[in-house]
Amino acid sequence: TAALVMYLFAEFDDAANLLAANPDATTISIDEPAEITKNQHGRLQEPGREEDDELLGTDDSDKTELLAGQKKSAPFWTFEYYQTFFDVDTYQVLDRIKGSVFPVPGKNFVRLYIRSNPDLYGPFWICATLVFTIAVSGNLSNFFIHLGKPTYHYVPEFRKVSIAATTIYAYAWLVPLALWGFLMWRNSKVMNIVSYSFLEIVCVYGYSLFVYIPTAILWIIPQKVVRWVLVMFSLCLSGSVLVMTFWPAVRDDNRRIALATVGTIVLLHALLAVGCLAYFFDAPELDFPAPIIPAHNGTTVITKSQ
Amino acid sequence: FAGLADVSISEDIPVEGEITVPVGSHSPDEDYSTLDEPVRDTIMRDLKAVGKKFVHVMYPKKSSALLRDWDLWGPLVLCVSLALMLQGGSADSKEDGGPQFAEVFVIIWFGAVVITLNSKLLGGTISFFQSLCVLGYCVLPLTVAMLVCRLVLLAGSGTVSFIIRLIVVVAMFGWSTLASTAFLADSQPPNRKALVVYPIFLFYFVISWMILTFTPQ
Repeated sequence: TAALVMYLFAEFDDAANLLAANPDATTISIDEPAEITKNQHGRLQEPGREEDDELLGTDDSDKTELLAGQKKSAPFWTFEYYQTFFDVDTYQVLDRIKGSVFPVPGKNFVRLYIRSNPDLYGPFWICATLVFTIAVSGNLSNFFIHLGKPTYHYVPEFRKVSIAATTIYAYAWLVPLALWGFLMWRNSKVMNIVSYSFLEIVCVYGYSLFVYIPTAILWIIPQKVVRWVLVMFSLCLSGSVLVMTFWPAVRDDNRRIALATVGTIVLLHALLAVGCLAYFFDAPELDFPAPIIPAHNGTTVITKSQ
Repeated sequence: FAGLADVSISEDIPVEGEITVPVGSHSPDEDYSTLDEPVRDTIMRDLKAVGKKFVHVMYPKKSSALLRDWDLWGPLVLCVSLALMLQGGSADSKEDGGPQFAEVFVIIWFGAVVITLNSKLLGGTISFFQSLCVLGYCVLPLTVAMLVCRLVLLAGSGTVSFIIRLIVVVAMFGWSTLASTAFLADSQPPNRKALVVYPIFLFYFVISWMILTFTPQ
């Protein structure tokens, strides 16, 4: 490597000399020479520069910084800038979904799957699917629960779609924003090894919501026990993905603050699941038939115990 | 470059030629003819184009008529008629009724725009309005399904009618999705096709759900 380094130094020296001698000579610039020199610079500095903490840190962060610089080079008002957030193939999206449903203990979702290529495809379409799944499943479950009752008239409950959409999109975008702001603030006080960009946090939250989609479909089953078991199960899966992602980011901080942060993350996630279950899915009837009391005007009143 | 300094043009050779570039004149009648024709011809031409596209949707072959000569009249007509047919449902309880006219309209157009943006962001080569045109025209089978559902509901609203409606809606949903995929799949990068097709599937699923859950008063 030393020989290569000396050769490259010599090359640059030659070019500099030539340019000094003949300033008017046309020079062909290969696109993004700044990136190439930065790359060379990074490699040249690696052996033996211990005092420069920012460039070192971990291998990952060095590469991530360079990769991030290369990716987002288009200005934010061009279409190409937003295309960088959709630079994923089908198998990558499927891998990320698999990683969110089967969390590997000890492995970080962001480091393992996202690897400085956060995408917005997953979060956006998983949220959209979840919105419609919850609305449709809630409607179906209410239909089956109230089926057969003479006073029941089926309604499509279309209003609930807008409510579901607002809730889920607000959760998937505002909570990451708050969390990112909080982590940045803590980062300024305590030096953390691991820090995430806003898009990576949005990505983790988006993919962690995937497990709620089959859960919502299974919530059609009108048994209270089944529903609560499903809530616990899905909360464990997606909560563990979030905890394993964010614990390394706060563990260097004050013990209480770290625990409070992780606790809040899990609590909000649980609130979302329980809230959706309570609002969109009517409580199922209990198994034993409730006593029927004939009312005075002839209609039967069935006492419902929630 | 030193050698060329000696070359000079002697002054007694005249320089002549034509500076004006002859412009190929199009026959002026073509530009003005559509202004002079009877209104009926103008309308019939557009109607025929829309009708031809309807036929292309119902029998999706690999033709580029939908893509090349896109127009948004067909999608507009389909969207308005579908939204109108979805009215008149159980509207006694304002809270839990079916979708309002504006909601259907917004879902179809906003959904089509989002899917188009999605396919373009993933690297698709189709243009914005071409994609809107295809997605809008492929709502045609679902509009036909809505019409059939309303007719079936006139006859009765029991279990049998529900099963008939379910079969019709599922069949038309499959037809819509396959037709739009046939037109749009080629313009997508090969390893992202599933990423582009899934939102289209979701879009037509939502419309089918609205059609299937329509209950009259």
